[in-house]
Amino acid sequence: MDTKTVLLVGVGGQGTILAGDILAKTAAAEGLDVKISEIHGMSQRGGSVSTVVRFGDAVSSMVVDPGTADVIVSFELVEALRAQQFLKQGGTMFVNDEEIVPVTVAIGNATMPEDPRAQLVALDSVLVPAGKIARQANSPKSTNVVLMGALSTALPFAEDTWKDVISKRVPPKTVDANLAAFEAGRKAGRA
Amino acid sequence: MATELLSGNEAIAQGAWECGVALGVGYPGTPSTETLENLSKHGDVYCEWSPNEKVALEVGIGAAMGGIRALVTMKHVGVNVAADPLMSACNAGVNGGLVLLAADDPSIYSSQNEQDSRNYAAFARVPMLEPSDSQEALDFVKRAFEISEEFDVPAMLRETVRIAHTKTLVQTSATRDELAPRPFEPDAAKYVMMPANAKRRRLVSDQRERDLIAFAETTDLNRVEMRGTEMGVICSGADYQHVREALPEASVLKLGMSWPLPPEKIAAFSASVDKVYVVEEACRYFEEHILAMGIDLATPPCGHLPYDGEMTPARIRASFGIDQPEHLDAAQDLPPRPPALCPGCPHRLVFTELRRIKAIVTGDIGCYTLGAVAPLNAVHSTIDMGASLSMAHGLELAGVPERNKRPVVGVIGDSTFAHSGITSLLGTIYNAGAGTLCILDNRTTAMTGCQGNPCNGVTLMEQAKGVNPLDVPAGKPLDIVELCKALGVEDVRLVDPQDLSAVRTALKETTSAHDTLSVIVFKSPCRLIDRSKGVVPTITECRKCGVCIQIGCPALGKDDEGRAVIDRNQCIGCNQCVQSCPFGCISKEGE
Repeated sequence: MDTKTVLLVGVGGQGTILAGDILAKTAAAEGLDVKISEIHGMSQRGGSVSTVVRFGDAVSSMVVDPGTADVIVSFELVEALRAQQFLKQGGTMFVNDEEIVPVTVAIGNATMPEDPRAQLVALDSVLVPAGKIARQANSPKSTNVVLMGALSTALPFAEDTWKDVISKRVPPKTVDANLAAFEAGRKAGRA
Repeated sequence: MATELLSGNEAIAQGAWECGVALGVGYPGTPSTETLENLSKHGDVYCEWSPNEKVALEVGIGAAMGGIRALVTMKHVGVNVAADPLMSACNAGVNGGLVLLAADDPSIYSSQNEQDSRNYAAFARVPMLEPSDSQEALDFVKRAFEISEEFDVPAMLRETVRIAHTKTLVQTSATRDELAPRPFEPDAAKYVMMPANAKRRRLVSDQRERDLIAFAETTDLNRVEMRGTEMGVICSGADYQHVREALPEASVLKLGMSWPLPPEKIAAFSASVDKVYVVEEACRYFEEHILAMGIDLATPPCGHLPYDGEMTPARIRASFGIDQPEHLDAAQDLPPRPPALCPGCPHRLVFTELRRIKAIVTGDIGCYTLGAVAPLNAVHSTIDMGASLSMAHGLELAGVPERNKRPVVGVIGDSTFAHSGITSLLGTIYNAGAGTLCILDNRTTAMTGCQGNPCNGVTLMEQAKGVNPLDVPAGKPLDIVELCKALGVEDVRLVDPQDLSAVRTALKETTSAHDTLSVIVFKSPCRLIDRSKGVVPTITECRKCGVCIQIGCPALGKDDEGRAVIDRNQCIGCNQCVQSCPFGCISKEGE
């Protein structure tokens, strides 16, 4: 397989790292070479965060360049717009349909973009109500797994491989909730 | 053998474990921190955090002198702190292997500068290996120990953030080399660096350099990958991966050893291709050293590669005139989302009060650097670990408090205070300086992921077993208040930073006493180690004054009509906004 690039973006604390880990382990379980790169440290304190997962027969660079992401998964609307230049022509973007207002807006130093949903729909993005799905299932922390479910519809990995990795990777008590979240995400991703 | 997906740091820890390392020691610093954390989790390798990197390296030097293998870890700027022992240990040599891991941060994701540790290897004349993925990280740490012992010299291992924090597939072993400690016999001529010995050891270093160059010429750590003869690229580390991505047809001399360089190998590679280029990030290290060998380097057709920030395939394509993939423009005018103090950070009100009294604040490294970010805007300098206290003294000597009619206040965290703030404070005490020093004690080394330190008393081996710093009795082993008193500070106060009126009183009293030195220890645990939650306040009849918003809590925002609202998911019920509302509109039910 030629190298594929998935870019996960969001806000520190949203669970992008676990999501990236699930994706990378799924790719590895399918017999592919994989690299997953993330930035720790200061960016974890509520700032914009990103994780890059690349997989294929042999992966070289671990970073994403503009126009090279086959798929972008954004955990938040504004962060999806912030990442738009990384999307490959014809690539797919899955976006959690939720907004987190940055402190810069609250204190009056910046303004929110006008109608980010419309801008994203114009880019053929798939808006996934991942947070809502997770909360309705009484499992708000599984938003990231809902998004992995949506992402799974754009990748050639077996559903069982995903579920196997998720079962091993999430806390034991939450396996059923996360598998349900994954399936709900798959449904939403296909919609 | 097993195949695992490991970060560079996890792989280094695994390699160190496999090759019989008996001691891991360091100071936390992004992107190096997880190396020792992972090594300590093996359980059979003793690991400890030192108060600072100089101490860590000295412990490592002693352990290696004593005959065991020691891994010492730190971030790039930590090597500055450890440079003093490094620059002499390189001449004394080792007994057991000694490897210093330096983790660099090109693009400055979580640091105060972008310095390149390769320069330290050349400066100290110690061999340096540079892995380009996690498998090499695991393999190279073993090789570094072998080189250290074979050549009787500390070795360095350099990784950048894209190696440290990128996970790649690695073959791991379940068995560990059980090495008996090498015998130790005192050898003053080797280890006492007084002039007569140091002069002789310098000559030993000169011969060792020649031996290491001969080694570098033949080792498989430096690898030629011949493809076409049109162009060749010399590179190392993560840059190698970017070169393979952007210039797949290019021949490559991949340097796994970045000091010393192999002049003959480089000359031969250069002669085998029409044009030879260097691709490197952060500084002109290879370029300068190779030009000094008299070897011509070509400039890419569209201009020299940038040296600021990290390398990417896109940057390489741009310099070599290769088409970039089509893409959308970056969206304009999006609201920035910088990092901020966490919701409920107990030390937030110290910064809002310092802002209110218009203090000139010398800050320090760690979470409290975020006191410089809007809306707090309360910190006016951050240079290095421990600088807050000593720079405040310098500002006082420059007459700034009188000239600017504003108090000068130093602000430092507990781990940074133990790292190098104590000596800064001692300098002010010794020289009868005045001013106010705030030690924000959150009982952990928070920014790097809540490690132990001498102020919270939890050791790395305890933490590997799951001990929370909160479980360790306060003041064990170090009581900051008692220490400051013992050093000679008469006005030492212990204040709860979540009590606004107490914060206000302490800062008012200390900053208005111009001739005395005061230390305020603001003590309250980091919300990442104390996850308890209080009642989320409610806001009624908000007057839209915006004062609460200006405390900069990420859990506070405004609705469409400008009224303050609380994000119940983020709020931990800390009470700081309740105290900050001038109209009493924010309150807690049942309180």
